Amino acid sequence: MVVETGFSSPRTDAFPAGLRVLVVDDDSTWLKILEKMLKKCFYEVTTCCLAREALNLLRERKNGYDIVISDVNMPDMDGFKLLEHVGLEMDLPVIMMSVDGETRRVMKGVQHGACDYLLKPIRMKELRNIWQHVFRKKIHEVRDIESLEGIESIHITRSGSELFDDGHFLGGEDTTSGRKRKDGDNKHDDKDLGDPSSTKKARVVWTVDLHQKFVKAVNQIGFDKVGPKKILDLMNVPWLTRENVASHLQKYRLYLSRLQKERDIKNSFIGIKHSDPSSKDSNSGAGLHNSMNVIQDNVSNGSFSFSVNNSCVLNVDLKGHEGDVKGISSGPMAESKGTFSIDIPDPPRAKSLQISFDHSLGSVDSVVNLASFSSTDTVQYSWNEIPEIQFKQEYEPLQLENRTNQLPQPGLQHNLLTKYLQPTVSVSPGPSVTEKTATSSGFEVKPMCDKYRNNHIKLSSPTEAVGESHTLNDQVFEPICTTTSSMKSQDIIPNHLTESELSPRNLYDGVGVENLQLCWLQGDCYAMDSGLQGFDCTEYNNPTMIPEMPVHLYDAPRFDHEHLFDPMEYYVIDQGLFA
Amino acid sequence: MDIVNQLQRQFIDHSTSLHREGIVDDQFTELQKLQDENSPDFVVEVVSLFFEDSEKLLNNMARALEQAQGVDFKQVDASVHQLKGSSSSIGAMRVKNACIAFRSFCEAQNREGCLRCLQKVTHEYSLLKNKLQSLFRLEQQILAAGGSIPVAK
Repeated sequence: MVVETGFSSPRTDAFPAGLRVLVVDDDSTWLKILEKMLKKCFYEVTTCCLAREALNLLRERKNGYDIVISDVNMPDMDGFKLLEHVGLEMDLPVIMMSVDGETRRVMKGVQHGACDYLLKPIRMKELRNIWQHVFRKKIHEVRDIESLEGIESIHITRSGSELFDDGHFLGGEDTTSGRKRKDGDNKHDDKDLGDPSSTKKARVVWTVDLHQKFVKAVNQIGFDKVGPKKILDLMNVPWLTRENVASHLQKYRLYLSRLQKERDIKNSFIGIKHSDPSSKDSNSGAGLHNSMNVIQDNVSNGSFSFSVNNSCVLNVDLKGHEGDVKGISSGPMAESKGTFSIDIPDPPRAKSLQISFDHSLGSVDSVVNLASFSSTDTVQYSWNEIPEIQFKQEYEPLQLENRTNQLPQPGLQHNLLTKYLQPTVSVSPGPSVTEKTATSSGFEVKPMCDKYRNNHIKLSSPTEAVGESHTLNDQVFEPICTTTSSMKSQDIIPNHLTESELSPRNLYDGVGVENLQLCWLQGDCYAMDSGLQGFDCTEYNNPTMIPEMPVHLYDAPRFDHEHLFDPMEYYVIDQGLFA
Repeated sequence: MDIVNQLQRQFIDHSTSLHREGIVDDQFTELQKLQDENSPDFVVEVVSLFFEDSEKLLNNMARALEQAQGVDFKQVDASVHQLKGSSSSIGAMRVKNACIAFRSFCEAQNREGCLRCLQKVTHEYSLLKNKLQSLFRLEQQILAAGGSIPVAK
């Protein structure tokens, strides 16, 4: 994999020259000397003599520095404290300096996350090589992402193998290598507590479980107020240390900021805004919209928006408007290649959209087009690996007549989203987010088809937990939004969706579902008009909203909207990053 | 040219003795190496900064130790620690060593011992300052005479 060495500075090609260093020292003599030395190394130097000032500088220019060098003894703030802050908030490598070379102190520095500890007097040759810390961090980032994919593929492989004869796992072949890398990268997962006299602590492996707990804790605390100690306490994992959590938090923040960046890019691509839905239902729509907004806000805040997104995806406003319904029913299973076909109920099968992409896992739930359900309409969920779609009884009105006799009748749970959730390795924020979303939108996340889940997806406990948390009030229907972004027949979808033949609203009156938001998990949100009030498809486009979607599932989607898949990667990254 | 040579020889002698007597160590040489066309007065500037800071610190220490009601040894120690760091920046070895000894007396909360150490540190500092100022003077003279400063090998 190509290691990205590009910093956000324009001098990447000259690396390490142009490395942006922030030096913090209350000793003006040293400050001057260090500045001179660093300049001689062709680094870009900023000096400040107060720790608080340094933090301000760092916060103001988030990506303005590559590395921080700080003295341990400073009047306004302990150097170790500064070190912690920088590590947590900015995730930059920090080098400590001191005239005091006592082992205890050096150890403390390392414990707090310093990537190096220099003894004064510092020679220029020591400064010349500080770029290695920046470089190393970059490499590890990349490795984390890779290992994430590897982990994901492992999970997918496990759960998907039962479903498919041949798994089109993107990461299939990477599983081993990813794994290997993962093991190798465990080194930097926890702090090397480097106590020479005591036994070395075992490396922390951030399993799905653990990461779930972690994210849950972070969510509870509130992203802005989070701190390793608080997280640690909440997580209640006896063997885990504060340092483990701190380093993991660093990576997590980094991950989220990456997500946000990508999301922003994606959103600019997928600006499928829903015009006012024809349905005048404001509640659900608004709710959904609100939740979407919530998601969006969270995302920008770097909070665990993906979980929110996830639940948001779960919230589908079903509007039983005539012609408003954008129902996309998954068509019969086209083939067992993990293709996902979306069948527009009313129109003959021929019109069905074939959205095929390789899924190794049936975790990708087909679009549930509730809106399109009409008494005569059939919603077919053809998911290769998921032969049947379960709908909750409450969706009686929703006649899932199997047009092609492929869909099981009501009684199936339609937790497409659940399906999505299933394979998820860590849908940690899920539970809390779900609730949050539910509150705002008034929808509750429906539980995934338990049956489905059990049969088809072997999920690790976290997922299960997530599923539970997503247990919906049966009264509320929360279809999963899947944009019927049939690559192949994009136009068809809208047409079909708007067709009044799609189920009338009465179907959903009982459930109070307003709009059916069909969102292509992949990203294209074809929430056709009415479906969602002000629902911005863009939200769905971000695969991070569907944490369970492993990237490799969409390995070779035959979507026209290829860009849709990028977001998925993020999710994968998420998975692997903290695994 | 004779003058220049003379001055240069003086400079070398002076420089050598500074090192030999342990008044400055390699760090000082490093400092001199850092001087270039971009910052022709780099060493002088840095040393000036050091003098400023050090004198402040020495005053702090003296004041703290004079407190009749009780010496705040923590404060004294903090100042000594700072001086230690500063002196290491220009390679003022003897000052630095004096500081190290000073710290142990601070830890022991030994006022007498501290006062003695303060005396020693002040003495070393004065010596250093004098010698460095002489060195700089010689440099100026050499340059004024059109010569170049000999570079330590």
